[in-house]
Amino acid sequence: MSSLITRRALVAGATIGTGALLTGCDKIAANPEARKILFMGEDMNRGLQRALTNRNALVPEFSPAQMSPIFRSNGTRDPGTPGYTAMVANNFADYRLKVGGLVDRPLSVTLPQLRQMPSRTQITRHDCVEGWSAIGKWRGPKLGALLSAAGLQSTARYIVFTCADLYRGTPYYESIDLIDAFHPQTILAWALNDRVLDVAHGAPVRLRVERQLGYKHAKYVMAIDAVASLAGIGKGKGGYWEDNVDYDWYAGI
Amino acid sequence: MNDPTVTPHTVMAVKRHTLATRVWHWVTVVTMFIMIGSGIGILKAHPRLYWGRYGANFDTAWTTLDQWPGWVVTLLNLLTIPASYNLAISRRWHLLFALVLSFALLGFMIVSLINRHFQRDLRVRAAELSPREVAHDVKEHLAFRFHDPKRPGAYNILQKLSYVATIFVLIPVMILTGLAMSPNMDAAWPWLLEIFGGRQSARSIHFIAATGLVLFIIAHLALVILAGAWNEVRSMITGRWAVPEDVA
Repeated sequence: MSSLITRRALVAGATIGTGALLTGCDKIAANPEARKILFMGEDMNRGLQRALTNRNALVPEFSPAQMSPIFRSNGTRDPGTPGYTAMVANNFADYRLKVGGLVDRPLSVTLPQLRQMPSRTQITRHDCVEGWSAIGKWRGPKLGALLSAAGLQSTARYIVFTCADLYRGTPYYESIDLIDAFHPQTILAWALNDRVLDVAHGAPVRLRVERQLGYKHAKYVMAIDAVASLAGIGKGKGGYWEDNVDYDWYAGI
Repeated sequence: MNDPTVTPHTVMAVKRHTLATRVWHWVTVVTMFIMIGSGIGILKAHPRLYWGRYGANFDTAWTTLDQWPGWVVTLLNLLTIPASYNLAISRRWHLLFALVLSFALLGFMIVSLINRHFQRDLRVRAAELSPREVAHDVKEHLAFRFHDPKRPGAYNILQKLSYVATIFVLIPVMILTGLAMSPNMDAAWPWLLEIFGGRQSARSIHFIAATGLVLFIIAHLALVILAGAWNEVRSMITGRWAVPEDVA
């Protein structure tokens, strides 16, 4: 029966085709030109989201009853460098948050000063790029207030965070644009769940940039710099994971 | 379905699928393949599923990858894009082709309303849903008779229901639960979270609907082969479908 041969050929063809497609996908991802197309999805998604949705929309906030019983920590759980360990031992008395770059008045802020600033308290959901979520209560001043105090210059386009934890020997870094930097829920958190932020969750200060995935929420923030371009930061893609393992810089999805 | 023509071999042929249907079908074939493969890659980053708003390692998962049978895990490993674990590249594939899937479906829906493909071929009539009719169609399927001799080009009720479920339920649920996992979309459209009961529920439903799609694909491929693979595949490429001899 000729149709049987056709069926067999079809199944065999489909199997070979599947294998070829899978290998093909990996070849495409390895080819620099094809990779450019593959990586266009990030700009397309960011462009669509920014164009079609309200740029000032707030993420949902939750009630205390809706919080995760345990807020797991992730990434670096203790920077462990001599400098950081000394700061912990000293209860961050020597900690200074440096705000610089394209600002009129560079700042050097102590932890008590940061805690005295008007703060925002928000119970929000933290979404890791891996897929899990945890809901916790964060408290800290708005990043926008700090940037305004420093006097952001008109050429500034991005805000870069440099951290105390080391990855491959260099400090972790991340960056966001001004839309997220001045978003009302973007805060520099110094408390989690009504307690002073612990080392595992980024003491003394971590960024909360609620409309993006967890790796954007820099922990152990030491310096905040306003820049005109990300070209001079790391390898130019705006963050440690972006530079080293091709994570999207725009992590709103 | 209209315009029967007679070929020299007196095989009845009909124009079965419009260009729009054929283009959408094959775009979706490639896209589904990429979405399933890259989706498995993303799942492997945290292979635990939860119900509710939050869910992480200390919370109770309703299912985890290590509870699944070995052959399922082997199959998942075979289909993963990229082949070796790389969450960043899986996400790149997934989030680019999510746009292809969504806009292709949107375009297909608009065109199929205009050219009346939906109204003509997929509309389910109340009479077709009577238990007697459905039982009859199940029996016909089990006897490998897939076409009504009186209207060989028309879809039978099981076919209609599976296509309607896929086009109007499964793929839209995939898209909406996918959007519900985006923290920025949750800010912009908080109703996404409300309809699915939280981000982790949306993530669970995303994988359940994906499983539904995989089952559809398996049944679809099996029936294409049983109904006459060459004729069926050709009809989706050229549009021309020969009416099988047993019903012609």
